[in-house]
Amino acid sequence: MSVLVYTENWDGKFKKISFELVSYAASVAKMTGGSVTALSIGNVNQDELSNLGAYGATSVLNASSAPAGLDNQVYTNIIAAAMEKTGATVLVLANNNTGKAIAPRLSVRLKAGLVSGVTALPESVSPLVVRKKVFNGKAFGKVEVTTGTAILTLAQNSFEIREAGGSAAVESFDHGVDAGTAKTTIKDVQKQEGKLLLTDADVVVSGGRGMKSGDNWVPIEELAGVLGAATACSRPVSDEGWRPHEEHTGQTGKIIAPNLYFAFGISGAIQHLAGVSSSKCIVAVNTDKDAPIFEAADYGIVGDALKVLPDLITEIKAAKAQ
Amino acid sequence: MRILVCISNVPDTTTKIRFSNDNTSIDENGVQWIINPWDELALTRAMEIKEDASNPVDHVTVATVGGAGVEPTLRKALAIGADDAIRVDCVGGDAHQVATQLAAVVKSGTYGAILCGIESSDYNGSAVGGMLAEMLGVPSVSAVSSLTFENGEVVITRDIDGGKELVTVPAPFIGVVQKGIAKEPRIAAMRGIMMARTKPLLVLAAVEAESLTRFKEYVMPESKAPCKMIDADNVKELVNLLQNEAKVL
Repeated sequence: MSVLVYTENWDGKFKKISFELVSYAASVAKMTGGSVTALSIGNVNQDELSNLGAYGATSVLNASSAPAGLDNQVYTNIIAAAMEKTGATVLVLANNNTGKAIAPRLSVRLKAGLVSGVTALPESVSPLVVRKKVFNGKAFGKVEVTTGTAILTLAQNSFEIREAGGSAAVESFDHGVDAGTAKTTIKDVQKQEGKLLLTDADVVVSGGRGMKSGDNWVPIEELAGVLGAATACSRPVSDEGWRPHEEHTGQTGKIIAPNLYFAFGISGAIQHLAGVSSSKCIVAVNTDKDAPIFEAADYGIVGDALKVLPDLITEIKAAKAQ
Repeated sequence: MRILVCISNVPDTTTKIRFSNDNTSIDENGVQWIINPWDELALTRAMEIKEDASNPVDHVTVATVGGAGVEPTLRKALAIGADDAIRVDCVGGDAHQVATQLAAVVKSGTYGAILCGIESSDYNGSAVGGMLAEMLGVPSVSAVSSLTFENGEVVITRDIDGGKELVTVPAPFIGVVQKGIAKEPRIAAMRGIMMARTKPLLVLAAVEAESLTRFKEYVMPESKAPCKMIDADNVKELVNLLQNEAKVL
């Protein structure tokens, strides 16, 4: 069974999730005894493409001609063409906005069972049974794909990158899909340049209502700066307008899974935990010793976030200086 | 234009989830059922659009797939303001099964915009909207955080990594919506609840459809070690633990 993995690029570069995807696909292929082909759509240079071999891709299909923005139908057509060309029976995508937009369309097109948000390698490959998150991380579900071809979208930060060295053979891919058939027209793009994306960050520093006011975010931003972290907040904070909605993490906001998550003045309502509980390590600071955040946290301090933050910044700076 | 909002009936998000003895279904004892939060935001936005007379939208229908037990959730959607509701009488099956049923609903009407939430808070599948679009052969836009009409044309904002894109798309289309589409979900007023009782709720027989996946069983996450508490005056110890024990700094 061969595996096709769609590696999305951002302005010509692959990100961490792309390497997670290729590593995952390589491990699936090892179970099935097949090879891994990565598909890249858009303009990416040769070095970046062949480097996917370091994570286990044997070949890369380079579809350099593509519409400027994501058109779900055009992308579906291109990926379906790559599935046909490679004869792959497993397709792996990211469980991000792009994967969520395309994977269901491909499921219908290829008559391939879709399991989204998978968190581990398949438990068996014939039949293919794999574990995914359900109830926003409160539980897992085991799902069996009952079709010959399977589509899996991988939850971010759930599979470790495995770098083995090596490079992949890059082949230009003429998919025959006319980008002019795109029905979505992009009128404007607004991007914040140079800002670390919340969903990409290894470390996230987050504040809740216990921060008392939007004016008190200076130490959160300072700590984030010291750690190279992204900043986040709980829902009441973004609802109050203390912080932008993009920073809201939780069930209806962003779902993140960094290595380290700091929760300052966040009580830890179940909806907030749904967005952060997959973090590898959670540190909570809250004045209420009974706050539910301490049930989810690995390390906790009962105290005022505004008092703890300056000390923490000093100590981390000192530790980093050593 | 008519808008169709597809809604899913899910356990209240504050529910402590428990499973049946063989772990193949959830224990429904004490579970409150609600409109899936993202679908509720989609419905709220649909109502806002309809109520603004400058928009070419005059009718909002809600549809769901399920047994008679989901009707209270549909009545709730009618109380929020939907004009009528459709339930496809079908229990079980995966997202492909549900999308096939909804595709039949769409084909039986004349909808210009079909809105779905980006995921449901139970299976977190993020699949039905996109599947529906592919079955109908219409464009879809995902991660929609704003939807307006300008001169009769649909203008959508969708979230991309690190920013937003403003896109237009011809009707009919599927909008897969996320947070931001409406500020707060609308709460039904007493008048709406009274009116909802007499609004049309159509029950359709299921069409033939197949599931492509089979849910086997639920697994509870491994219980985690208790939180290690550190004194507020000993922040240095926290940094030490993060560096040397958790190895995350």
